[in-house]
Amino acid sequence: MSAATDAWRLSALELAARVRSGEIGADEAVESGWDGPAARWEEDVHAVAHTDPAARAAGAAAARAGPDAGTGAGAPGALLGVPVLVKDNICTTDLPTTCGSRVLAGYRPPYDATIIARLRAAGAVVTGKGNMDEFAMGSSTEFSCYGPTRNPYDLERVPGGSSGGPAAAVAYGLCPLGLGSDTGGSVRQPAAFCGVFGLKPTYGRLSRYGLVAFGSSLDQIGIFARHAGDVAEAYAALAGPDPCDATTRPAPVPDVSGWEGGVRGRTFGWPANLWREGVEREIVEGLDEAAQALERAGARRVTFDFLPGEFAVATYYLVATAEASSNLARFDGVRYGPRHPASTDVRLLYTRTRSDGFGPEVQRRILLGTYALSAGYYDAYYLTAQRARTRIRREYEAAFARCDFMLLPASPTLPFRLGEKTEDPLAMYLSDIFTIGANLAGIPGLTVPVGLTAADPSPTGRPPLPRAVQLLGPDDSEPTLIAAGRVIEVRGDVAHLSRRHPTEFAWPTKR
Amino acid sequence: MAHEAVIGLECHIQLNTKSKMFCGCPAEFGAAPNTNVCPVCLGLPGALPVTNRAAVDAAVRLGLALGCTIRGESVFARKHYFYPDMPKNYQITQYDRPLCEGGALPVRLGPETRAFDLIRVHAEEDTGKSFHPERYGDRQVSRVDFNRAGVPLLELVSQPVFREPAECTAFLTTLRRLVRWLGISDGEMEKGHLRCDANVSIRPVGESRFGTKTELKNLNSIKGVEKGLTAEIVRQQGELAAGRAIEQATLLYDADHDKLAIMRSKEHAHDYRYFPEPDLPLLRVDEAWVASARERLPELPWGRTARFVTEYGLPEYDAGILCDQRELADYFEAVARGGDAKLASNWLMTEVLRVLKEREWALATWTAQVPAARLAAFLAKVASRELPGPLAKQVFAWMADEPGDVPELLGRHGVQVQASAEALAPLVRAAIDENPGPVAQYLGGKTATLGFLVGQVMKKSGGQAVPQTVKELLEEELARRAPAR
Repeated sequence: MSAATDAWRLSALELAARVRSGEIGADEAVESGWDGPAARWEEDVHAVAHTDPAARAAGAAAARAGPDAGTGAGAPGALLGVPVLVKDNICTTDLPTTCGSRVLAGYRPPYDATIIARLRAAGAVVTGKGNMDEFAMGSSTEFSCYGPTRNPYDLERVPGGSSGGPAAAVAYGLCPLGLGSDTGGSVRQPAAFCGVFGLKPTYGRLSRYGLVAFGSSLDQIGIFARHAGDVAEAYAALAGPDPCDATTRPAPVPDVSGWEGGVRGRTFGWPANLWREGVEREIVEGLDEAAQALERAGARRVTFDFLPGEFAVATYYLVATAEASSNLARFDGVRYGPRHPASTDVRLLYTRTRSDGFGPEVQRRILLGTYALSAGYYDAYYLTAQRARTRIRREYEAAFARCDFMLLPASPTLPFRLGEKTEDPLAMYLSDIFTIGANLAGIPGLTVPVGLTAADPSPTGRPPLPRAVQLLGPDDSEPTLIAAGRVIEVRGDVAHLSRRHPTEFAWPTKR
Repeated sequence: MAHEAVIGLECHIQLNTKSKMFCGCPAEFGAAPNTNVCPVCLGLPGALPVTNRAAVDAAVRLGLALGCTIRGESVFARKHYFYPDMPKNYQITQYDRPLCEGGALPVRLGPETRAFDLIRVHAEEDTGKSFHPERYGDRQVSRVDFNRAGVPLLELVSQPVFREPAECTAFLTTLRRLVRWLGISDGEMEKGHLRCDANVSIRPVGESRFGTKTELKNLNSIKGVEKGLTAEIVRQQGELAAGRAIEQATLLYDADHDKLAIMRSKEHAHDYRYFPEPDLPLLRVDEAWVASARERLPELPWGRTARFVTEYGLPEYDAGILCDQRELADYFEAVARGGDAKLASNWLMTEVLRVLKEREWALATWTAQVPAARLAAFLAKVASRELPGPLAKQVFAWMADEPGDVPELLGRHGVQVQASAEALAPLVRAAIDENPGPVAQYLGGKTATLGFLVGQVMKKSGGQAVPQTVKELLEEELARRAPAR
């Protein structure tokens, strides 16, 4: 391949190695996705909310000038010249940060999130801001003030959400790495819909300083990549305690450098009761293939019933909306963001700015959360939810006493069509059933792609769509999860995305 | 029907820590508007709080001084309400699991000391400051200064233990002394370092249930507390007398016009929607921290007052005055050590405090000019009568402005050290013995002849005596010789 024109196909590890060796210039590396697929794809997929060629050039120049040693555990320059699309709710000084919301239109933060500083310290370049459901509230990236992002495998379908922009961009080849945030599955579910890896680390492993909060006790920044090794490298560069985030874990960061070490002697949980009904056939087939790959690599399957889901959705929607109603109180038009022009007194300033600035899904959740925290309802709702949460965490702990990690779906469905669930919030909420447990329990989860469904060429059929599985493990089990993800990645039985580029499978249907 | 008032106080103490409660911005007062700010105290999207341990330590020390129980694990909570000077539209405070609980503040009320019980003491953040309305071109606008946003506060809540406004002012004065004594706050009410809200209700004397309470805000001076509470008690009595029920409400007291204004009635009462702050872990104060805070606690003002009475034999009133400020008590002890404590106490209470008042000096200005050792050396000469009263006062006045020990001061002002009582006594006796006529006239009531006798002594001393001293010595001696009546 010609170095410059095909650089966008490379993994982050390979791209950084070539930039370090001088084979590819940092600016070429940063522009590779923009010169390549984005020119053809971005207009249709709409993964990017904000970008700026001048900011990209400045980022590339800064990376070339030599990164600092960095504060993460990764090697200096580990991500040298690697372009990264960052979700629009992570603060960046060189690009707007608007959470896909009108209430923050034009807002540019005066500071970089800790994770952005660490990305830059590792030599990576923020190439743009990824589209998202407004304030990360949604599972389809349809609730953005910039319009929806589409699934690169089928433009009639959603990329998942809320971090749909970065997921889709990594899938179609704009950049090898993306950052999202995962409050109830917002990294793992879009990763599954777009056929890429998506890691939600253990709560407190990646600093939240500079991540615009949705549900503070659930939020965790997550990593999108096309390759397990890239997930490991990005995790090593970004994870670690932050004096600006009191909820970061003080203990040493687990070492993920052994991501190629396999799973021999490990046990994985197989809670087959979870997909006896309500999970699409192709996804169950993907689970079987992944389990077989793990067994061939020397891991042992432990079958048991697991029922943490019983109250998880209710618990999650109480905790998340309660915290959101509080976190979103600050968006009032007083200090930043647009102010409603007809604000003649302070009460109107608040009510008009907020009614006009927040979309319907955000308003729905603020109202739900406000109600759950109200006097007289707090004990029945929020306090009960916190108790249920403690129980859910114990159930996960009990499960991990029997296995090193669990295999389960990331989503009960394949990517659904745009508009299919927007009118039915409850159906949308229920699609989070397999992902919210990890946020409630604080444990890490990794979505691993397992190839595509077969194409259905009939007139009512669909193109091949990504399938994925999810791995869940106990606190700080990222090394195990990434190693298991790698085993599934290299298994020999299905055509796999890492062998060819996802765009070569894709079957874009023009609107 | 006679009614009594039931009052509970809620005091906010602004701490004098270097940085704010949840970020590293300076907590100082007086900077240009909106300069001591950062993403955290401005509540910018994505910013997170980190607890200032120095502020927590101050809370622990105050809690220990008041005999509170210190919780090993307490919880920060968010208290929600919308106001433009509140950056996040919630305040980080503590709610159902505060750092300090229980305890009491001993307050001197006339001849007795009463302990007023407390509910809690906890740490929280201050809001910014609004200025409105102001003019901006042809419009009326409000402005907000966020320098104060995030400055550490301690909230102290009393039980409803007060029956009289005067008890409240005594409580506040004692609390102000304590926070200054501990060095955790400057405690000036006018500058907002110490703020006070009150819950007030009245009930028939003898009734044990509480009446409907109102919340009185903006009691921002000691005098304002007394006047505001009195006004509200009178208002409530008027309501009951007119056959109306007291309505739960929040009132603002306007000290300038001695007026109460209703801010919110019950229908508009806030629902603060408290819940545990998810951005902060449990606040852990372990036993080692408590032990260290206890070790760093100074002897408390009430204990020290009592010790001054027993150790130095001071009257309780004097001991109380000397213990009004920790620095004054320290100064007193440094001066009194190895000398005449009562004499030191008298000179401090009358002369030193008078100079401070007349010159509007801080105690530190005085102690820089007259360190304890210098005053102690001076008082030793007073005690030995080397410096008779009037001369002592003169020397004392010089000490406030000039350097040098007592002999140096006397020399600089041409006063001979020999002019002591011991040196002059024989001369005084001789002048009396040698002038029986004038003496008889003086004793007969013609006191003007004293001037003649003073002249005689002055002549004998070769002009080295201090006339005022001579006059006093003559009067003393003549009084001794006066025939008994």
